[in-house]
Amino acid sequence: MAQNFALNVNGRVHTVDADPDMPLLYALRDDIGLNNPHFGCGLAQCGACTVHLDGQAIRSCITPVSAVGNAKIVTLAGLGTPEKPHPLQTAYAQEQVPQCGYCINGWIMTAAAFLRDKKKPTDAEIKTALEGLKCRCGTHMGIMRAVRRAAEMMG
Amino acid sequence: MTRHDKPSTLSRRAMLETGGALVVSIGMPIGLDTVLAIGAADAQGVAAKPPLTPDQLSSYIAVNGDGTVAAFFGKMDMGHGLHVAIGQMVAEELDVPFGSVKVFMGDTATSVNQGGASGSTGIQFGGKQMRMAAAEARRVLVEMAAAKLSLASDGLTVVDGVVQSKADPARKASYAELIGGRYFNVTLDWNKQFGNPLYAPGKAQPKKPAEYKIVGRPIKREDVAPMAFAQTDFCTDVKLPGMVHGRMLRPAVAGSVPVKVDEGAIKDIPGAKVVWKNGFLGVVADREWDAIKAMSRLKVEWSQVPPPFPPQATLYDVIRKSAVRKRTVEKEVGNVEDAFKSAARVIEAEYEWPFQSHASMGPACALVEVKDGAATCFTGSQKSHFVQAGIAATLGLPPEKVHVKWMVGPGSYGRNDADDCAVDAAVLSQAVGKPVRLQYMRDQGTGWDPKGPASIHRARMAFDAAGNITGYEFTSKGFSRVDVNTNGGTPWDVLAGQTQGVALQSGDGFGVPGESYEFANKRLAWETVPPLLDRASPLRSAHLRDPVGPQIHFASESFMDEVAAALQLDPIEFRLRHVKDARDIAAIKAAAEKFGWQSRPSPQRQTGVKVTGRGIAYAQRGGTRVAVIAEVEVDRSSGKIYARRFVVAHDCGQIINPDGLAKAIEGNIVQGISRTLWEEVKFDDKAVTTVDWVSYPILDITETPERIETVLIDRPEIAPSGAGEPSIRPVAAAIANAIFDATGVRMRRVPFSPDRVRQSMA
Repeated sequence: MAQNFALNVNGRVHTVDADPDMPLLYALRDDIGLNNPHFGCGLAQCGACTVHLDGQAIRSCITPVSAVGNAKIVTLAGLGTPEKPHPLQTAYAQEQVPQCGYCINGWIMTAAAFLRDKKKPTDAEIKTALEGLKCRCGTHMGIMRAVRRAAEMMG
Repeated sequence: MTRHDKPSTLSRRAMLETGGALVVSIGMPIGLDTVLAIGAADAQGVAAKPPLTPDQLSSYIAVNGDGTVAAFFGKMDMGHGLHVAIGQMVAEELDVPFGSVKVFMGDTATSVNQGGASGSTGIQFGGKQMRMAAAEARRVLVEMAAAKLSLASDGLTVVDGVVQSKADPARKASYAELIGGRYFNVTLDWNKQFGNPLYAPGKAQPKKPAEYKIVGRPIKREDVAPMAFAQTDFCTDVKLPGMVHGRMLRPAVAGSVPVKVDEGAIKDIPGAKVVWKNGFLGVVADREWDAIKAMSRLKVEWSQVPPPFPPQATLYDVIRKSAVRKRTVEKEVGNVEDAFKSAARVIEAEYEWPFQSHASMGPACALVEVKDGAATCFTGSQKSHFVQAGIAATLGLPPEKVHVKWMVGPGSYGRNDADDCAVDAAVLSQAVGKPVRLQYMRDQGTGWDPKGPASIHRARMAFDAAGNITGYEFTSKGFSRVDVNTNGGTPWDVLAGQTQGVALQSGDGFGVPGESYEFANKRLAWETVPPLLDRASPLRSAHLRDPVGPQIHFASESFMDEVAAALQLDPIEFRLRHVKDARDIAAIKAAAEKFGWQSRPSPQRQTGVKVTGRGIAYAQRGGTRVAVIAEVEVDRSSGKIYARRFVVAHDCGQIINPDGLAKAIEGNIVQGISRTLWEEVKFDDKAVTTVDWVSYPILDITETPERIETVLIDRPEIAPSGAGEPSIRPVAAAIANAIFDATGVRMRRVPFSPDRVRQSMA
C-alpha cells in the first residue's frame, strides 16, 4: 500500500505518497513535477533517468522510492542554473551537443560525478566512465568534445 | 498590390491617409490607379486573420506589434537545428535581425501541411517556401511603406526591419508601424499541393546569394542551453488537468487478439480502466506507475493463432523465394540482356540487410484530450498534420476538430512509433472521457515500432573479352518501405486502426542507387515482397532514416569496390573512370584529398591480428552528393571492428548554416556506424525478440570514432538540397570496403557484429 516518503530533491524536501516499489523516476516526474529526468527504458540500460543520490549517478527508473531514505537527490535541474551553471551545462551549450536532447540527463549527470573525482581525464578514461549510456541520435563526437571542454574548465 | 512606379502620381490624399506629415513637392491630380493602389496597400494588413490555407501569406509569416517576426512552419526539427536555418532564411529575406525571428513548428493550428519532417526536405522544400514567403512579405511591407511615406518603392531599402529611403534614411517606417499586430492579407500563387511539394511563391524574387548577410553563417541553436538546464518541455512532459496515464498491451504471438479480459487483478488500482476494442487493448489509471502495474497485472486470454514468422535464419531465403508483389525498373540504358548474353566475363554478388528498428531514445509518448467532439494531441510525431487526419479518421471526428501540436519527442528518424502512439492515446481518451498521456514501454518501442525493411540486393557486371565493362544490373528485393505509410494519416497505417480491424492497404516502394555511373548498358530495379504478417505486425516496414538508402548503397557501393578489386584498380580511380556527374566527381576528389588517399588497389596483403584498411563509398540523394572514406581497424581474432576515422565530403548546394550541417553529418556517420556494426532486429516464430538495449545494441561511446572530418562544399548558386540523411547512405559500404582493404574479406551481410566478422575471417 502507498506510504509517505520524504524526498530531499535539489535541496528541498518533498513528501510523496507512493507505493514503496514505485521507481524514484515517477516520484520526480509526476509527483514533484521535475520534467527531467526522462523515461528511456525502465531497465537501467540507457541512462536517460540518471540523477545523483548523495553524489553518485544512479538510474532512477529502477531505484524504488523506498530505497532512497535520507539521501540527497540532485537532478539535472539542480546541478546548475543559467546564472550558476555547472561546467558541463556550459560546455553542452557551447559545443551544441544535442540532437533530440532526450538522453542528456544520463551523459551530464554521469559525467558530472566522474569529473568531480577525476581531473584531467584522458579520452579513454572519459569513454570508460560513460560506457553503456545511450544516445540514439549519435551525438557521441559532441559529447566527447563537451566533456573534454568541461574537464578543462574544472582544471 | 499595384506598385507606385511614378512618384509623381502620389497625391495629397495618399499623404493624408498615410500620416500626412510628409512634404512632397508635387502637385499632380489624383489618378484612379493611385487610389486603387492605396486601397490595395492598406488592405494588405488586416486585423482578422485570413484562413490558414497555403495560398495566404499570413499562413507563413506574421509581424508582431513589437516588430518581431513569427514564422509558421509546417515541418519540424528532428534535432539538427532546422529551425535555426529556417529563421536565417526568413530573417535574410525580410532584412530583420536573426534574433527577431521565432519559428513555430509543426502545429496544425498555426501552420499548413508542408509535409512534416520528411526526406531531408526541411530546407530543400520547407525552407524554399519560407524563403519565398519572407521575400514576398518584405516586398509587401516595402510597398506599404512607399504608400505611407509617399515615396517610390524602388527608392526604399530595409535595414533591420525598418523601411527607409535610400536617399534620406530619416524618412522611414518600421515593420511594426506598418503591420505589427495585424495580418498579411496577401494571396500567394499556390501550386495546390500539400506536403513536401507545397509551393506558394508571391511576386517577389528572393535575394541573390551575393547579398546574403545571415544565410551561410554558423549560428548556434538557442534551444540547447535550455535542454542542458532541464528547462525544455518534451512531448513526454506535458500535463493537462484531469489527465490519466495509459499503457497498451501487445500480444505475445503477433497477430493474436484478446478473447477474454479479466479485470479482477486491477480492480484495486485507483482509476484503473480497461479499453478493449477488438484487438485494441489498453489500460488507464490515475497515476503512471499504477498504469504500468495495471498493464502488467491484467489477465488476458489471447486467441490461438499460428505463429506467423519463419525462422530468422531463413529470412533472406524467404525474400529470395517470395513472389514479387511489384517490380519497377527505375533506370534502363541500352540493352542489358544482350550485354550479359555476350559477356566474356561476369562478376556478380549478392548482399543482405536485416530489419532494423528506430529504437528511439525513449519509447513514443502522446497526450490526447478528446472532449466535446474535438481532440487535442501533443506528440513527437514528425507528421503532425497527418496525425491530425489519422486521429480524425480513427475517432470519426472532422479533421478541423483535431488539433495536433508537435513538441520535441524522444528522438525520431522517420516513421517510428510516435504516430501509432498518438492514435492509440486518442482511442484511449475517447473511451475514458479524460485526457490520456500514453507512453509505450521500452519493449513496445523497440519491439513494435515500424521497421526499416530487410532486403537482398543482386549486382552483376558484364565484361567483353578485352576487359571493358559492357553491362551493369542492380536489383533490390525486399519488404516495402511503405508497408505502412510514412505517417499515421489513416487508420490502416497505425496499430490503433489495424488492431481494430480496418481493411489494410499495404503500399509498395523501394528504391535504386543514387549515382552517376555511366555504362553503355545499365539497369537499376527494385522488387517488393508481401509482408510476413499483414496486420498489426511488429515487422511492418516503413521509413527509417534514409529509407532503404543504407541497404541499397551498402550493396551497390560494395559491389563497385568488388569490381575495382577484380580489375586490380584503385577504388577511387575506378569510380572516377565511370562516374560522370561533375559534382559527384568533386565530392569524391575532395574526400580523397582530405583523407590523404594513396592510389593503390585493395586489398592490402597484411598479416597480424589487428589490421587497418580504408574504404570509400559515395552516393547522391535528392540532389545532395556525399563521398565517405572510412578508416577501420579489424581485430581478426575477436572480430571487433573499430571505425576509427571518417572523412565526409558533402555537397548539398547552398549551405544555410555550416555549424548545423557539420553536426547533422556527424550524427549521420555515428548512427550509420551503429546500423552497420550492430543493428539487427531478431525474431522468433511468434514475435520480435530484440526489445531493449541489450538485445538491440547500438554503438557505444567506447566505439566512437577518433575523428570525423567534414569537407563542406558550398555552392551558393545552387538551391539547397537535404542534409538530414544523405551522409548515412554510404557509411556501411565505406566500412565494408575498408574491412576488405584490411583483410581481403568481403562482408556481404549487415551487421558486421564480432561473431559474424570472426566467422567471415575463418
